[in-house]
Amino acid sequence: MKFVSEFRDPKMAEGLAQAIRKQVTRPWTIMEICGGQTHTIVKSGIEELLPKAVTLVHGPGCPVCVTPIELIDKAVAISERRDVIFCSFGDMLRVPGSSRSLFDAKAASGDVRIVYSPLDALKLAKANPAKQVVFFAVGFETTAPANAMAVWQADHDGVENFSMLISHVLVPPAMEAILSSDNCRVQGFLAAGHVCTVMGFEEYVPLAKQYKVPIVVTGFEPLDILEGVLMCVSQLEAGRHEVENQYSRAVRREGNRPAQERIADVFEIAPRQWRGLGEIPASGLRLRGRYRNYDADLRFPASGEPAKESPECISGLILQGLKKPHECGAFGVKCTPENPLGAPMVSSEGACAAYYHYGRRKERENTGPELPVAQGF
Amino acid sequence: MCLAVPGRLIEISDGGDANFRCGKVDFSGIRKEVNLAYTPEAKLGDYVLVHVGFAISVVDEAEAQRTLQYLEEMGRLAEELS
Repeated sequence: MKFVSEFRDPKMAEGLAQAIRKQVTRPWTIMEICGGQTHTIVKSGIEELLPKAVTLVHGPGCPVCVTPIELIDKAVAISERRDVIFCSFGDMLRVPGSSRSLFDAKAASGDVRIVYSPLDALKLAKANPAKQVVFFAVGFETTAPANAMAVWQADHDGVENFSMLISHVLVPPAMEAILSSDNCRVQGFLAAGHVCTVMGFEEYVPLAKQYKVPIVVTGFEPLDILEGVLMCVSQLEAGRHEVENQYSRAVRREGNRPAQERIADVFEIAPRQWRGLGEIPASGLRLRGRYRNYDADLRFPASGEPAKESPECISGLILQGLKKPHECGAFGVKCTPENPLGAPMVSSEGACAAYYHYGRRKERENTGPELPVAQGF
Repeated sequence: MCLAVPGRLIEISDGGDANFRCGKVDFSGIRKEVNLAYTPEAKLGDYVLVHVGFAISVVDEAEAQRTLQYLEEMGRLAEELS
C-alpha cells in the first residue's frame, strides 16, 4: 500500500536505530501520545532496537480508554431503550461500564450497531424516522471534524431524531496536565500525527517553551516512530526544546483550516472528565448552544446508577506514563481482552491490549549500550 | 481511533454544497465513499488520508519522497558501517 509499506523497511529502520544509538549519551524518557503509535511500537518491536537509555512511555491518546465510566453507563442505559438505535465505533462495545458494557446491552436485545462513520448513523436516522438514533461521539481532534459535520448535516437536513452522546477530548490540555504533575517523568513528546493533521502544531509551541520539552509531530509507521525518536533525542542531547514535524507528508503547520472552522462552528471548549486522570479544565468539546438539541446527554434522562470502577485496574497510572501494563497485578491473569477490567485492555489503541496481543509480559531485554543513570535534564 | 489510512482518489461527485462534496477512494482494491468537504484542494489521482469516512489531508508526495530519500540514505550508511 503506497505511503504505508515504504515506511516499514527493516534496513532503513536499522539505519535510524544506529543513528539514535550514536546520539544518545544519557537516559531519556519520551512519551508517545497516541495509542496508534503505542501499537506500532509494541507490534514492531521498536523498543528492542533502541538503546536501553531511551525509555518510551505510553500516553493517554486512546479515546476509548479515557471516556469516563459514567458516560459508558449512560450509553448502556440509552441503548436499552426500546425507541433507540444506538450507534458506535466498534471499539466502545466491550469497554466495561459499572455493571454492563454496550455489548452486554446488545446481547440483552438492545439495538446497538457498529458504524464506520458518524454519517452512517445519520443515514440510519433518516431511514428510521420512528426511532431515536444516538451516536456515541468519542474521540480526539482527529474525529471532531467528522462528528461536527454529522451534526451540521443533521441540522441542515432537519433530522430531529438524531443525537450524539459526546466524549470529545483535546490533546494539548492532557499534555499540560502530565507535564505539570509532580511526578512527571516525561522529557520529550512524540505528538499525535493525525491530531496535528487537523489542528496543526502552533498550539504546541507555548507548551514546548514553558516546560522545556521537545515535541515532535510524528506519524504512525515504524520508520515514522524511529525518526520521531531520533529527532526528539537529538533535541534533548543538544539541550533544545522546539516543536518539529516528522510527519510532513500529512501535517502542515496551520493544520486543516476548513475542518477547524467546522469544529468551531459546532463545538465549544469545555471541561471534561478523563477516565483515570480526572477532570481537566478546558480539555474537551461540547455542542454550542444552537446545536445543543442534538446532545443525547440532555435528550435522555440520567441513568441514576452510581458509577463503580474496578479497584484492581491501574489504567490511570498507565495513561499518565507512570506504570507499564505488565506492572499491573491483574494484567493477563484477571484482566484479558476477553474479560477486561479496564478500557486499555479493550481498545485497539489501549496500551494493555497492545502488550497482551504482542506478548510484552516483562521488562524488555535489550542489547543496546548500558549508560549510567542520570537525573533527567 | 485516530487511525487514518491513505488511499487514491478515483472519483469526485461535485453536488453543489461543499459540505456534501464526496468521492470514491481506492485502498489497494477496497473502494469506499469518502466525504471531501475538508479537502477542497483534492484532485483525481491524489492520495488522501481518510479517517471515519472523511478525507482529512491530501498526502504531500514531494514531502513523502524527501523523507524516504533521507531514510534510504540512513539505511545505506547503516549497511556500510555493519
